[in-house]
Amino acid sequence: MALNYDQAVAKYDPTLGLEVHVELNTNSKMFCGCSTEFGAEPNTQTCPVCLGLPGALPVVNGKAIESSILIGLALNCSIAPFSRFARKNYFYPDMPKNFQTSQYDEPICVNGYLDVEIETEDGPKQFRVEIERVHMEEDTGKSLHVGGATGRIHGAEYSLLDYNRAGIPLVEIVTKIVGGTGKYAPEVARAYVTELRDILRSLGVSDVKMEQGSMRCDVNLSLAPIGSGSLGTRSETKNVNSLRSVERAVIGEVIRQANRLEAGERIVQETRHFLEESGQTRPGRSKEQAEDYRYFPEPDLVPVVPDSAWIEELRATLPEKPSNRRKRLQIEWSVPDKEMSSLVNAGLLDVVEETIKLGAEPTRARSWWLGEISRLANEREVDPTSLITPGQVAVVISLIESGELTDKLARQVVEGVVAGEGTPADVITKRGLKVVSDDGALMTAIEAAIAAQPDTALRVRGGNIPAAGALIGAVMKATGGQADAAKVRELLLKHLGQGE
Amino acid sequence: MAAISRDDVAHLAKLARIDMSNAELDHLAQEMSVILDAVARVQEVAGSDVPPTSHPIPVNNVVREDVVLPSLSQEDSLSGAPAQAEGRFKVPQILGEE
Amino acid sequence: MTSIRSTAAQMAEALSAGTITSVELTQAHYERIGEVDSEVHAFLYLDKEGALAQAAQSDAKRNSGEIQSPLAGVPLALKDLLTQKGIPTTCGSKILEGWRPPYDSTVVAKLKAAGVVILGKTNMDEFAMGSSTENSAYGPTHNPWDLTRIPGGSGGGSAAAVAAFEAPLAIGSDTGGSIRQPAAVTGTVGVKPTYGGVSRFGLIAFSSSLDQAGPCARTVLDAAMLHEVIAGHDEKDSTSINAPVPQVVKAAKKLDVKGMKIGVVKELQGEGFQAGVLERFHDGLDALVSCGAELVEVSCPAFDYALAAYYLIAPSECSSNLARFDSMRYGIRIGDDGVRGAEEVMKLTRHEGFGPEVKRRIILGTYALSSGYYDAYYGSAQKVRTLLMRDFNAAFAKADVLVSPTAPTTAFKIGENVDDPLAMYLNDIATIPVNMAGIGGMSLPCGLAPEDGLPVGFQIMAPAMRDDLMYQVGGALEATLLAKWGAPILDSAPLLAAK
Ligand SMILES: [Mg+2]
Ligand SMILES: [Zn+2]
Repeated sequence: MALNYDQAVAKYDPTLGLEVHVELNTNSKMFCGCSTEFGAEPNTQTCPVCLGLPGALPVVNGKAIESSILIGLALNCSIAPFSRFARKNYFYPDMPKNFQTSQYDEPICVNGYLDVEIETEDGPKQFRVEIERVHMEEDTGKSLHVGGATGRIHGAEYSLLDYNRAGIPLVEIVTKIVGGTGKYAPEVARAYVTELRDILRSLGVSDVKMEQGSMRCDVNLSLAPIGSGSLGTRSETKNVNSLRSVERAVIGEVIRQANRLEAGERIVQETRHFLEESGQTRPGRSKEQAEDYRYFPEPDLVPVVPDSAWIEELRATLPEKPSNRRKRLQIEWSVPDKEMSSLVNAGLLDVVEETIKLGAEPTRARSWWLGEISRLANEREVDPTSLITPGQVAVVISLIESGELTDKLARQVVEGVVAGEGTPADVITKRGLKVVSDDGALMTAIEAAIAAQPDTALRVRGGNIPAAGALIGAVMKATGGQADAAKVRELLLKHLGQGE
Repeated sequence: MAAISRDDVAHLAKLARIDMSNAELDHLAQEMSVILDAVARVQEVAGSDVPPTSHPIPVNNVVREDVVLPSLSQEDSLSGAPAQAEGRFKVPQILGEE
Repeated sequence: MTSIRSTAAQMAEALSAGTITSVELTQAHYERIGEVDSEVHAFLYLDKEGALAQAAQSDAKRNSGEIQSPLAGVPLALKDLLTQKGIPTTCGSKILEGWRPPYDSTVVAKLKAAGVVILGKTNMDEFAMGSSTENSAYGPTHNPWDLTRIPGGSGGGSAAAVAAFEAPLAIGSDTGGSIRQPAAVTGTVGVKPTYGGVSRFGLIAFSSSLDQAGPCARTVLDAAMLHEVIAGHDEKDSTSINAPVPQVVKAAKKLDVKGMKIGVVKELQGEGFQAGVLERFHDGLDALVSCGAELVEVSCPAFDYALAAYYLIAPSECSSNLARFDSMRYGIRIGDDGVRGAEEVMKLTRHEGFGPEVKRRIILGTYALSSGYYDAYYGSAQKVRTLLMRDFNAAFAKADVLVSPTAPTTAFKIGENVDDPLAMYLNDIATIPVNMAGIGGMSLPCGLAPEDGLPVGFQIMAPAMRDDLMYQVGGALEATLLAKWGAPILDSAPLLAAK
C-alpha cells in the first residue's frame, strides 16, 4: 500500500533547503549596457558582451551590487568586506561564454535569517529559516525547441536561441538546511518564499513575478526516519514557479521519497522537474558523475570591497519589514485574514494604503482595488496599479460617500478613467454621469411609471410592498440609471400611501 | 611522476567538449604526464602562508552606472551565426533537458 | 627621402611636411607586401580598400588643416586577435575562419581615431599559444633574416612584417612574451606595457590575467609613439588602469641614463642561454655603463618557478576563455547533420577547429582547475605569482629597471621544436615573469650572435605603471648601439638588404 502524505510524515522527518533565483529590476544587464526590458524582439538586446563574442569583457552594474547588499541586509546577513566573482564552467548553448559569471566561495552576503509564521494545529507558530548566502550572477538566454517529441522525423529537430535574457542580473538566495519542521515542511517552504517575495518587493529590487520567471525557486528535500538524527539523500526540484507549487512540490517529494524508502530503494541525488498538473516531480537530466564546474576567480573582474559607510547608508534606507507592516495595516484597517492575504498576493497593499491616506474609507478602498479594478486589470492582462491612480480611486470613493455617485455610476466612472477618458471629473462630465436626486424630476418619472402600470400601483397601495420593485425599476430605467434608487423607493412608497 | 591515463584525458576531453580519437588520447596522456611533472614543482615553493594572486594589478570596486546603452542590431547580433531562423541562432537540438 | 625603410617617426614627419601622402605611403607598403609576403607570410588578410580609404581620409584632413595625431596616415599591421569591425578575425585558428566581428576593439578604435592606417591582419600562433608562429592554422610565418627560421611567436606575423619593411608599425599581444620574443629574434623593438595600461576590450583572450596588447616597431621612439596612441583608461575593461598614461615618447627621447641603476637578474643569464646571446647581452650592459648607468646584480629566486606557474595559469584561464568557441553563435560548425545534438556538434567542431597546441593547453587547464587538483596546481601557481611579485618588488628597491636577454636563443629552425612542447616553452623563460607580475617589459636588438649572425634581444623590465623608465633606458641603449654599429641592425639582414 502506498503511503499518503500524513502516513509519510508520520514515519519520516523532512529536511528542506531552498534556493531562490531573483532577477533584479535594473535598467541594464549585469555586465553590459543592454536593456533588461521584457518582451523585445529576439536578439535585439544583445551586444558583444552578453553574446560572449570573442574579445568582449564584462563590467559590473553598480546598481546590482547595491541591490544585492540591500537584500542581504533585509535578510539579516553580514555583508562580506571582500567579495569576488568566479567563473562556473560548464557547456550549455543558452550560456554564451560557456561559463556563468557567478560567485563561489566569496559571496557578497552570508549568514542571515528570515523568520516566518505558519498556522499549525496549535495556532500560529514561528520558524527561523537560516540563510547561508546571497550571491550575484547572470541569467542565461532562452531556448526554443522546435520539433521535439511530436516531430516524426528525428532530423527535423533543432533549437532556436534568443540571448535577450542572457546577462540579466540574478541574485541567488540559498538557505541553510531547514530542519525541525516536521509535517509542516510544505507550509514553511511556502511561507518562506512568500515572505522573501514580499521583502524583495518592498525593497523595490525585483518585480518578483514567479509566473514570468523573475523569481524562481529550487526545492531541495530529503527524508530521514523520525528520531534517526541523520540526514537523507536529497533531491533538487528545479524552477518551481508559484507559491502554491512550492508547497505542492514539497508534498510531492515527501510522498515519492517516503514510498521509495518504504520499498527499500535508495534516493538518488538528482535534479527533478515539477509537474504542474499532477503536483509530482519527474527526474531531470541524469548525471553519470557529479558536475565539475572548475570554479576560479573571474580574471576579467576586480573584487567588490564595500566600505562600511556605504553599507550603513544602504541600511538606513531599508523599508519597514513586510510582516510588521502587514500586521500593522491589518489592525489599522480591521481586515479579515483572508482578504489581507488576497491584497498581499495581488500586490495591492501599497495602492490601498495610498488610497486610504488620501481620505478613502478603508473598506471601500480595499473592495474597489480588489474588486472592480482587479477585474478590469484581469480582462486586460495588466497590473491593476497600471490602470488608475490611488488619487483617482479616492476621488471616486468620496463621490460615492457624498451621494453624488451610485456604485453603478462609480463603476462607469472608473471604466472611463481606465479607458483613458481622463480624470474622474472628466469622465463624469463627458458621460453625463450624475445622480438624479431632484425630487421634482423623480416625481415626474414616478407618476409616469404609475400611469403605465396602474395594476401594480394598486397592489402596492393594498400593502404589497415587494411589488413596488417593478415600479422602481421603471423609474430607474427612465432616468438612465442615474437616479438614487433609495430615494426613488422612498418617494414612490410615500406617494402610494405606504411611507412611514 | 604524475600518471595521467587515457581515461583521465578522456574525462577531461569530455569536460572540455573536444572529440578525441583513442590515438589522440594516448598521445595526450603521455604528453600531459611529462608536462605535469614539470609544472608540479610549483608546489615546492608555494607555502600555505603565501596568499594567491589572481589579478596582477590590485584594483577594487570597478563598476558602471546602471544606464542602458545601445545594443547591436538583430542583424549584427546574428551576423556570425552558422545558422539562424526567426531572429534567433539556430543550433542542433539541445538534448538532455525538457 | 621617405621610404618604406624609414622609421614611423620619419614617415610622420614627411607626412606633416607634405613630402609624401598617406595614400602613397600606404601603396608603397602594399607593393612591398606584394614583393615579399609570399615568402614571409606575415599577413593573413589585407584590407587594401579600407586602408587606402583611411589613408585618403587622413590626407584630406591634413590638406584641410585639421590637426591630427602624430601617427595619422602612418600604416600599421594588426595582430589577428584584435577585433576590427567587418574585417576577418581568426586568431590564427580554423575555428574562427570567416568570422567578421560586428565591433571594434578599443585598440582599433583608438588607432582609427588617431588616423593610423590599418593595412591588414597578421599571422600568429593559434590563439596566441606558441613561440614560433608554427601553430597558426594558416601556415607558419618565416623569419625575414632567414626564411628557414621561425619569427618567434605568438606574434611572429607582426614582428616579421615590421622587420621585412611591410609595415613600419604593428600591434602585438604579449601573454608570456609574444611581443618581446618575436622582436628579439627578428631584430625589432617590442613592448609589453604594464597590465591594464592598454585596454583588452576586443582582444580575444588567451589568458585574461596575463594578456596585454602593445607596440611592435623598428625603433624605441616609434614604439613609444604607438604606445601613446593605444594606451589609456577604458571603461569597457574593468582591469584597465584609471591613471594617466606614462609619458613614454618624452622618455624615449631623453637619451640619458646617467646615475640610473640597472638591475641584472642573476637567474636569467646562465644555463640554457646561448653563448652568443649572453655575449651580445653583455655588449648591451657595457653600452649602458658607457652612458653612465650603474649595474647592480639582483636575485629573483622565484623566477625558477615562473615557467611552471605560467604553464598552469595560462592554460587554466584559456580552458575557460576558449569554451565559447562552440559553433553555436559564430565560427565554423562541423557535423551538424540534423541528427546530432548540440553537444556532439560542439565536440566535433572543437576537435576539427582547434590545433594540437590549443587542445593540449585546454586539457591541461581543465585538469589544473578540476576539483581535487585546483589547490595543488592552479592554487599553487597563483602563490608562485605572489612570490614573483615579491621578488620584483625587492629587485626594484635596488634598481630602477631590470635587464636580461629577451630569449635564451636566437631564431631556431622551423620544425625544430614542434614535437617537444617543453623545449618550446623554454623560449619564454625570461619574458614570463614580467607577465606574471603585470609589469612592463621591452625588447630591443643588442646585436647579432656571432655563431649564427642572427639578432639578439635585450630585455628591459620596469615597475608597474613606470613604462617610461624602460623607454628611457631603451632609447639611450639604442642610440649608443646605433652609434657603434653605424647602421640600423636590419640593414645587416642579408635577405632584407637584397630586396
Ligand atoms: Mg546559481
Ligand atoms: Zn549586452
